[in-house]
Amino acid sequence: MMFGGHLLSVLIWLPIIGGFVVLFFDKQAETAKWLSLVVSVLTFALSIPLWTGFNLGTAEMQFVEMAPWITTIHAQFHIGIDGIAMPLILLTTFTTALIVISSWTNVAKKVAAYLGSFLILEGVMIGVFCALDAVLFYVFWEAMLIPMFIIIGVWGGPRRVYASIKFFLYTFIGSLLMLVALIYMYLKGGSYEISALQNMHLTLTEQTLIFLAFFSAFAVKVPMWPVHTWLPDAHVEAPTGGSVVLAAIMLKMGGYGFLRFSLPIAPDASRELDWLIIAFSLIAVVYIGFVALAQTDMKKLIAYSSIAHMGFVTLGMFIGFQIVAHTGRTSGIQLGLDGAMVQMLSHGFVSGAMFLCVGVMYDRVHSREIKAYGGVVNTMPKFAAFMVLFALANSGLPGTSGFVGEFMVILASFKANAWYAFLAAITMILGAAYTLWLVKRVIFGPVGNDHVAHMTDLNGREFLVLGLLALAVIAFGVWPAPLVDVLHSSTEHLAQQLLMSKIAP
Amino acid sequence: MQSIYLSIVLAPLIAALVAGLAGRLIGRVGAHSVTILGVAVSCVLSCFVLYQQLAHGLAPFNGTVYTWMLSDGLHMEVGFLIDHLSAMMMVVVTFVSLMVHIYTIGYMADDDGYQRFFSYISLFTFAMLMLVMSNNFMQLFFGWEGVGTVSYLLIGFWYTKESAIFANLKAFLVNRVGDFGFILGIAAILRYTGSLDYATVFSHADLLTQAQIHVSSGIVWPAVTFTCICLFIGAMGKSAQVPLHIWLPDSMEGPTPISALIHAATMVTAGIFMVARMSPLFELSETALSMVLIVGATTAFFMGLLGIVANDIKRVIAYSTLSQLGYMTVALGASAYGAGIFHLMTHAFFKALLFLAAGSVIIAMHHEQDMRKMGGLKKYMPITYWTCLIGCLALIGFPGSAGFFSKDLLIDAVGQAHRAGATYAYYCVLLGVFVTALYTFRMFFMTFHGKERMDHHTQEHLHESPWVVTVPLICLAIPSAVIGWMTVKPMLFGDFFHGSIQVADAHNVLERLGEEFHGSGAFMASAFLGLPIYLAAAGVIAAYFFFLKYPGWADAAQKNFNVLYKILIDKYGFDWFNEHVIMPAARALGGGLWRFGDQVVIDDGLVNGSAKTVGWLGSVMRYAQSGYLYHYAFAMILGLASLLGWLVWRS
Repeated sequence: MMFGGHLLSVLIWLPIIGGFVVLFFDKQAETAKWLSLVVSVLTFALSIPLWTGFNLGTAEMQFVEMAPWITTIHAQFHIGIDGIAMPLILLTTFTTALIVISSWTNVAKKVAAYLGSFLILEGVMIGVFCALDAVLFYVFWEAMLIPMFIIIGVWGGPRRVYASIKFFLYTFIGSLLMLVALIYMYLKGGSYEISALQNMHLTLTEQTLIFLAFFSAFAVKVPMWPVHTWLPDAHVEAPTGGSVVLAAIMLKMGGYGFLRFSLPIAPDASRELDWLIIAFSLIAVVYIGFVALAQTDMKKLIAYSSIAHMGFVTLGMFIGFQIVAHTGRTSGIQLGLDGAMVQMLSHGFVSGAMFLCVGVMYDRVHSREIKAYGGVVNTMPKFAAFMVLFALANSGLPGTSGFVGEFMVILASFKANAWYAFLAAITMILGAAYTLWLVKRVIFGPVGNDHVAHMTDLNGREFLVLGLLALAVIAFGVWPAPLVDVLHSSTEHLAQQLLMSKIAP
Repeated sequence: MQSIYLSIVLAPLIAALVAGLAGRLIGRVGAHSVTILGVAVSCVLSCFVLYQQLAHGLAPFNGTVYTWMLSDGLHMEVGFLIDHLSAMMMVVVTFVSLMVHIYTIGYMADDDGYQRFFSYISLFTFAMLMLVMSNNFMQLFFGWEGVGTVSYLLIGFWYTKESAIFANLKAFLVNRVGDFGFILGIAAILRYTGSLDYATVFSHADLLTQAQIHVSSGIVWPAVTFTCICLFIGAMGKSAQVPLHIWLPDSMEGPTPISALIHAATMVTAGIFMVARMSPLFELSETALSMVLIVGATTAFFMGLLGIVANDIKRVIAYSTLSQLGYMTVALGASAYGAGIFHLMTHAFFKALLFLAAGSVIIAMHHEQDMRKMGGLKKYMPITYWTCLIGCLALIGFPGSAGFFSKDLLIDAVGQAHRAGATYAYYCVLLGVFVTALYTFRMFFMTFHGKERMDHHTQEHLHESPWVVTVPLICLAIPSAVIGWMTVKPMLFGDFFHGSIQVADAHNVLERLGEEFHGSGAFMASAFLGLPIYLAAAGVIAAYFFFLKYPGWADAAQKNFNVLYKILIDKYGFDWFNEHVIMPAARALGGGLWRFGDQVVIDDGLVNGSAKTVGWLGSVMRYAQSGYLYHYAFAMILGLASLLGWLVWRS
């Protein structure tokens, strides 16, 4: 095994240490860029063996490492991955490498600090996905906020201070309640091991309180309606790279948290409160779909579209209980969970690509307003082809990854209740409406103004980034089997955990 | 054989990718060569497959190509079902596509997007083949949305034209409304039968009949009716049935070759094909079939009327397409699926022919499409004229032509049906014959006969189109003339569709018609005893007098029936309703939810509100921390007093 079984540690610490080293090259921007590129590409390359060496047949944690850490509270440096964490880690390393490439020329100040922040953020995020100890998880979870706060606060737009503080407060307050829940369980069970927490007996009242505490942390991150309003503000002010990492990876933390903590630790409370999540998810799909229609700022529009798409994630995760209640069978639970995971990964590619597309245009015209564009296809045909592809993926076109997760979740939710599927399927219309209307106003039409007339088509670097994302979007749309196979054992195990009551006998 | 099926699908895909990605590299000739080669390979192989099936009894193929996904024990696969129905569709699709490819060389000769266009139409052919060859619902949906997407790209092909990019968005969204129903239907099928594979679903159809859907407290629907109606809503979108028809006339903003290929011959018939494919399910729901019948009849008659007042030559044919799609739908609703598919086939040939002929006229007229500026083109364009005449005769059901057999049998079948709405449908399709003949020959006379109304410059340059245009016209004119005569007996009264289409014995109107059918010739002779043929003749004669001999009559009729004329010109107000009610309402709802829901209630109320509350608390607390010792002393005394008071009161 590579690195003597310490591959995950390497993946966490390589970008973090690399990031700190990059910070020192403040005066030598070129060196900083090349060093960042090497670190990010190397991290991605090293993450590939996680997939190739992954054992599909087990739900047990793999690539496990354990070391004593804070012995007084029995917290350990315990990391490992299953089929749920592994694809998210690959998404992280892939996206970060793309962000470094795409930031090559468009960061005006402090390039070294900018790229260093992203590398540190990458390591921390990988840490979140592979932490098997709740304290370790919590540390990474909160540490993630710092580089993101800096990225928005330093390189952001005019209202960056408002946006970054809103982002910080929202996510921080939610996380504190999660910490309270973790400490409560530690005091009760004497361990911070996530697997121990998952096996701990808890009364329904305990579970409900713990569920709500977790919910406040994860729902904000997803973000679910009605705690979503920080996201459009954060996206609008964040620089392109910040938006990409926010949309592609950070939102997935919430979904990951539901899968790793809420559902297996508090299955009974999840069953009791699933109506709440389902209601919020469906509101996200329909309500936010309409809100997206009214946006005039491209980034806000895509941000709202993200919220609507993430509604499918939470819907797919929590639909299982009602499937059992309605049909008396368990078939469909796993379809919902798989669908939620696929939707998260696809959203990582598609929304990341959409934000990069906006970034490409912003670099040329310095406006995010839809009105500032029109007829971009005339001057940027290659770019237009990519943008149309990603827009179609965003509206859930079969053959692109955007379809797969939505399709699975709609199929699963019909098993629970035809009306859920009805409301969820409205995205077929709304998603196409807001995305393709955007395309019509920005990409198609005669050349809108002088700025558009002077836009130059994609350079090689931009082409590479969008091309790689396009390949991913199409590959997982045409053949999602390899991805779903990775999830299989873990979601099957999770589906069993959901059905097992944890209320003490 | 599997490699042959795979080649049929992949040849156009590869060609599309080459022409699309390396278009600049291979140039114009390279682009059209590679795509024509790809489609020609598909066409030849499709014909080979059909021939093998018919002549050598090749058994239907039902197999998997690869596993798309395996989740929760549900196998979703990409695979083919090649029976007579799909083989016939493959031949029609690839043949028309091949003709359109060749034609495009002439039609798009001066266009900057030449390679892009060829890439798109090849990609379309791929998606359409995936649709018709599918053996499961997932792939059906893939093809379904795939053709819709290429249609979106092609309607907006001239992307600087505002009307074109409005039309393509409209087409996509209206289709998505249909797909919304379609995906719910697919979800219902999975819910009740546990599979998305056609064969498994059909063999478990009884599970669907036993199940019920609780719509709300007290309201319960049979699951099979719900499912079939959902699937049919999908078909209504794609096959442009009222009220989801509104996108099709606007789709004429795209270049004419795709109007022929996509918006007449192939894609718009996908809904008809799908319902026929799902006949084992639709047969189980009388309610759903009645809905199909009524929607189809309404489309057939009322959309035909619009063709009488339109002046754009392509729009006339577009309304005609709507009306003919309505005819096919009526046949499905009457359980005469075979008749619907038969009309689909004949219509594919003659309607593609009519569109391409119109395109030929449009080239000659320097992209003028208004028939009021045409006239007398017969002498300039003889090949276009004669082939177009064949297409028109087929469309109105002139005895012996392809359309005659399909339409007359279809009308007879509807007459035999005993289902709610059947009488209404019968009168709609019968009167529709007159309407069809009227608008068809109005168009024909206004274009090719009468006074030459074009400007002098255009008139000087009028000439017949090049061979790449006329050869496809001739190739399509031949089947338009003879295919009905040749195939009516085996297709409708033989066992051609045996195994592909299932009809309950009680509904089998075609079998009843078959007992009276004694060959094509006899059928033609007996047609003179029926009404349709006289209605068609009346339509042609009316068109002759109103639009050729005495054009003043048409003006007078317009004045005397002004209200009716206005209704038709406004297209029954569907577009007005969408543009003035639905679209503003959606935008206002979005804006309202955003400004009020997100900004006022959530942000100002909850988020900034809680921030303000904290701030207010702080400002109140500030008074408490004044720094004066006597304030603190007073507060302590007050606190002590109240504490003591409370203790006393408690005891």
